[in-house]
Amino acid sequence: MRITQGQFSFLPDLTDEQITAQIKYALKNGWAVNVEFTDDPHPRNTYWEMWGMPMFDLRDPAGILYEVNECRKAFPDHYVRVTAFDSSRSWETPRMSFIVNRPKEEPGFGLIRQEQNGRHVSYTLRSYATQKPEGERYR
Amino acid sequence: MGTSETIAEGKERYKSGVIPYKKMGYWEPDYQPKDTDIICLFRIVPQPGVDPEEAAAAVAGESSTATWTVVWTDRLTACELYRAKAYRVDPVPNTGGDTEQHYFAYIAYDLDLFEPGSIANLTASIIGNVFGFKALRSLRLEDMRIPVAYMKTFQGPATGIVVERERLDKFGRPLLGATTKPKLGLSGRNYGRVVYEALKGGLDFVKDDENINSQPFMHWRDRFLYCMEAVNRASAATGEVKGHYMNVTAATMEDMYERAEFAKELGSVIVMIDLIVGYTAIQSMSRWARKNDMVLHLHRAGHGTYTRQKTHGVSFRVIAKWMRMAGVDHIHAGTVVGKLEGDPNMIAGIYDTLREPVTEQNLQHGVFFDQDWASLNKVMPVASGGIHAGQMHQLLHYLGEDVILQFGGGTIGHPMGIAAGATANRVALETMVQARNEGVDIWNEGPKVLNKAAKWCQPLQAALDTWKDITFNYESTDTPDFVPVETPSA
Repeated sequence: MRITQGQFSFLPDLTDEQITAQIKYALKNGWAVNVEFTDDPHPRNTYWEMWGMPMFDLRDPAGILYEVNECRKAFPDHYVRVTAFDSSRSWETPRMSFIVNRPKEEPGFGLIRQEQNGRHVSYTLRSYATQKPEGERYR
Repeated sequence: MGTSETIAEGKERYKSGVIPYKKMGYWEPDYQPKDTDIICLFRIVPQPGVDPEEAAAAVAGESSTATWTVVWTDRLTACELYRAKAYRVDPVPNTGGDTEQHYFAYIAYDLDLFEPGSIANLTASIIGNVFGFKALRSLRLEDMRIPVAYMKTFQGPATGIVVERERLDKFGRPLLGATTKPKLGLSGRNYGRVVYEALKGGLDFVKDDENINSQPFMHWRDRFLYCMEAVNRASAATGEVKGHYMNVTAATMEDMYERAEFAKELGSVIVMIDLIVGYTAIQSMSRWARKNDMVLHLHRAGHGTYTRQKTHGVSFRVIAKWMRMAGVDHIHAGTVVGKLEGDPNMIAGIYDTLREPVTEQNLQHGVFFDQDWASLNKVMPVASGGIHAGQMHQLLHYLGEDVILQFGGGTIGHPMGIAAGATANRVALETMVQARNEGVDIWNEGPKVLNKAAKWCQPLQAALDTWKDITFNYESTDTPDFVPVETPSA
């Protein structure tokens, strides 16, 4: 399967040039770019690990792409995403988020159903990868 | 502008009998509206022979303290404060002559005329009696300025655009939805199939239609159970948060709460109601949604009966404003390009009303007042009705990225199946957002961008082939009165 979180997951994986174009768009809007990575892609796993802090003061797209690539090099089998933060009043939230790296094999998720009274079912999503401890997944 | 004809307070003013509204204190051309006043702009068409200022005064009177005759009991109150004041009457551009003459009447209401936090009370005054008034041929509420002091008494959207996106973990692109079709007749099991296919294929949401409640072919619990199976299956298949708007519209509040509670128990992220449940029920559901971490979707069922005609009723801009105050998170607000009414300028005004922290006056968009929203959350507009993947560049151009694009027929009617239809829409969307961000002129280059993606995405190619010539070019009935005139350069 292919996890389709992020704003461009239905497109072919972005090239460095395409990533740079999106970074430029974020910078043009005054947003701060952050690189994040994880090996637990559960849709409710909000807090991916931060590759350093959001680059509030780095306004050079090439410099940001360099950080993206450093993160990909360090974690080639993790999910890596680029997020752009808008600090302006009434937003103060991410305005962009897209995946730039993913494991070669994506085993996906199992759906655990807990049957309850009547026909009521409680659902739990379990990533197959997280059956292994952190750091040993996707190998 | 005219001068005040108000009879001074005293014995003469309160002599039993009938005097014109203008003389009763409802026409005050020198009045300076206070920052805390509620201001209404009405379009008035007086009956033949009725003076427009008297007509405006009558509207002010009947929507505040007056009745048809003088009553001495006014003198027991601070009546001058409670009287709404018509203070400006302008002829509407491009009316009169051979056609009916329309007037814009500005009326100010003191803050103390209204109960805090109650749309029911606000509307009972503003649109309570006046629309049936014999002295008027027709009447339309065009816009309202709500003072910050009054705005702050409303909860506003239970969730809002920012928090909805954070909860769904979806940023930087419009959300995608579809309404299950056929609207009526599917069993719960068959219905859930449509939901599963569409979500797995790439949509974020699927939606009940306005008239799907609990009918003989599918009772509500069945629908909820099968839809949640579909939602969770699709979530597992994609790794994304998915949702289905469970329509909890029902005959009583007790029924609505029961259905909403069940949706919550099943883990739904969103419930839905129809506009026809009424303002009080909408505010109740908004409060429930805030308390239960639920997104609240509103279908504007019924609005066309009073919003569409320019001469009579309530502008949808005003309904949108009331709904943001009442506290819905989503509202259907027009598509420009689809099958339902929507002039591009008017839609822009409505979208600004829903999404901006401060909506600025823009006569061309039909927005007559600056409106400070006093930090009330933003409402996500929903564009639905006769739209398809081939229009993606136009949709993004007109509506921006904080919108839900709902392709019902455009998903379910896809020749390769529902999931393929959903994929076509999602690919069209992502490729268009990507192109826009890269600086491509999507208004002109949009079709080229779509064709390029269709080379590697067969479902998109099929969608473009199927609906390539489908447009809905009818003249809008609700159009702006003010059009920019080009000033010749010297």
